[in-house]
Amino acid sequence: MIKLDNLHKYYGTGAQRLHVLNGIDLHIREGELVSIMGSSGSGKSTLLNILGLLDQYDEGRYALAGQPMERLSEKQAAQYRNRMIGFVFQSFNLLPFKNALENVSLPLYYQGMSRKARSEQARHYLEQVGLADRMTHMPNELSGGQKQRVAIARALVTQPKVILADEPTGALDSVTTGEVMELLHRIHGEGNTLVIVTHEPEIAAQTQRQITLKDGRIVATPDGIAPSATEEPA
Amino acid sequence: MIDGLQEILYTMRRNKLRTGLTAFGVFWGIFMLVLLLGAGRGMQNGMERRFMNDMSDTIWVHAGKTSIPYQGLGTERQITLTQEDMRAIEQLPGVRFLSSETPLGAFRQASANIVVGDRSGSFGVIGVADEYFDIKANIDFPGGRKLHLLDAEEQRKVAVIGTTVQQALFPPGISPLGQDIRINRVTFTVVGVFYDSGREGRMSERIYLPRSAFGQTFGGGERVSVIALRPEPSVDSYALEERVKELLQRRHQVAPEDRQAIRLHNMARQAEHFNQVFAGLNAFLWFVGLGTLTAGIVGVSNIMIITVKERTREIGVRKALGARPAGIVGGLLMESVLITGIAGYTGLVLGVGLLELVSYGLNALNLQLDFFAQPEVDFQLALTALALLVGVGALAGLAPALKAAAISPVEAMRAD
Repeated sequence: MIKLDNLHKYYGTGAQRLHVLNGIDLHIREGELVSIMGSSGSGKSTLLNILGLLDQYDEGRYALAGQPMERLSEKQAAQYRNRMIGFVFQSFNLLPFKNALENVSLPLYYQGMSRKARSEQARHYLEQVGLADRMTHMPNELSGGQKQRVAIARALVTQPKVILADEPTGALDSVTTGEVMELLHRIHGEGNTLVIVTHEPEIAAQTQRQITLKDGRIVATPDGIAPSATEEPA
Repeated sequence: MIDGLQEILYTMRRNKLRTGLTAFGVFWGIFMLVLLLGAGRGMQNGMERRFMNDMSDTIWVHAGKTSIPYQGLGTERQITLTQEDMRAIEQLPGVRFLSSETPLGAFRQASANIVVGDRSGSFGVIGVADEYFDIKANIDFPGGRKLHLLDAEEQRKVAVIGTTVQQALFPPGISPLGQDIRINRVTFTVVGVFYDSGREGRMSERIYLPRSAFGQTFGGGERVSVIALRPEPSVDSYALEERVKELLQRRHQVAPEDRQAIRLHNMARQAEHFNQVFAGLNAFLWFVGLGTLTAGIVGVSNIMIITVKERTREIGVRKALGARPAGIVGGLLMESVLITGIAGYTGLVLGVGLLELVSYGLNALNLQLDFFAQPEVDFQLALTALALLVGVGALAGLAPALKAAAISPVEAMRAD
């Protein structure tokens, strides 16, 4: 699903140039649940931004679902983001003046879907994340966990190829964290590909594979399935 | 499209006060522009009514005393224009209408005693040649008719009188038409009443008689006091003025550089002067009006910049979810155009409405203000203003919108 070959990314120029990603080779298969670990400054956020087509890379190759993601124009990137990638952010990033249903339908709006069709689809996914009774609530009327579930529904609504979650539980307490992780596992169980960026080992331990970044390189990619992942109900 | 519009209306409603104040800036700008231009037009109309009743291409010829010796003749020689001069001018190419004034009395401002029944007054009486009312084609005839050729041919003893004369000699409610008036004890029949706004209405203190009856009754012979002529539409009035001057100077043996003996007064020069003054005034009004409008537009631009700043995060999220840069730019431009367009259109409508109201009020109350008449804004101008609005609305939003489009989603979502 995701294939990176010798990916490099620099920030700045000349003597100040920072080599943020130093030759990343990574293959994430369809249906995998992968976590990217690393301390701050390790390059994990940059890697996520590149995977999410929010940032450009300088060297190497990136293919998403078999398609090369090279030299994309802003418009192309926007279209790929819209159709192939679902984002879940640490700070939820819901639009504060739109209710849950409107927030979830937003990506479909950018696909040019009719109002009725996108509301219907959005309603379906909100039901999926267990918020059937919160559709018309504004984000400030929702708890942290509920907000993140709205965000997850929004990421799912376009049926993307891959879901990228950036510290999805970073702003949540432990109980809610459990709920959200359970939801992510369920989504994985439905055949979705998930990449979770985290610095919490307990979260990473719940994924099938942990990729650890250090100084722009992958230091450990234990292949195979992490024991904790198998214990989770699919 | 509808969805896009809804998004925009939504964001505008979120900041009602701010949007309202911004819109008011544009509204006020266009409102003032319309009012200023309309008022300028009103002043122009007023001035034209006051000073330009004589057709603006008329050339008036007066005679005076020579000031330069010429061909053995000395200075201080009185030049008298004659019917003979008229006939000579008539032969010149390019003369469309030709007429003359001959006052009753020794000098131009002389007046005669007029008696109607037991009322009497003292007014200027002037014999005018045939085409006089083609020269003064613009004066109003609230009652009766102008003098025409048959009056002259049949030497009818008829007169047209000014409204001031009418007010002095006839009681209100009595029509002077068909009534007899006695001018120096000679009876004339009134056939028309005119209003001439010239010289602040004092031109309406006159009585005009056909030249033939005038000559027959009061004498005066060949002498005419003033000659007036208008050129053919295709003829340059300055060139004709020059030809008339040369002709008369030759006929009366006047030095070409003598400015006193034969004096020509070309209304075209005055009209040109007027037009220049009003072009200047208009330019000034545009300048002030556009200045006000610019202030409003800068306001819009500022608000859009603030909007973009405030919505940085939102725009970043939207981009991450698949909004295209063109969509972001389009949305913000549309917001800007919508604010300026609606506010500006309102200003335009209210401005024109107010002008119309003033105009209607002036008419309804029959107010004749000296320097103001019929304020108006022409359709062309309104369209220009409207196009201007949409254009500047887009312009005001352009810089902020491009800035928004350049926002990186990563940076935006990291903000605050």
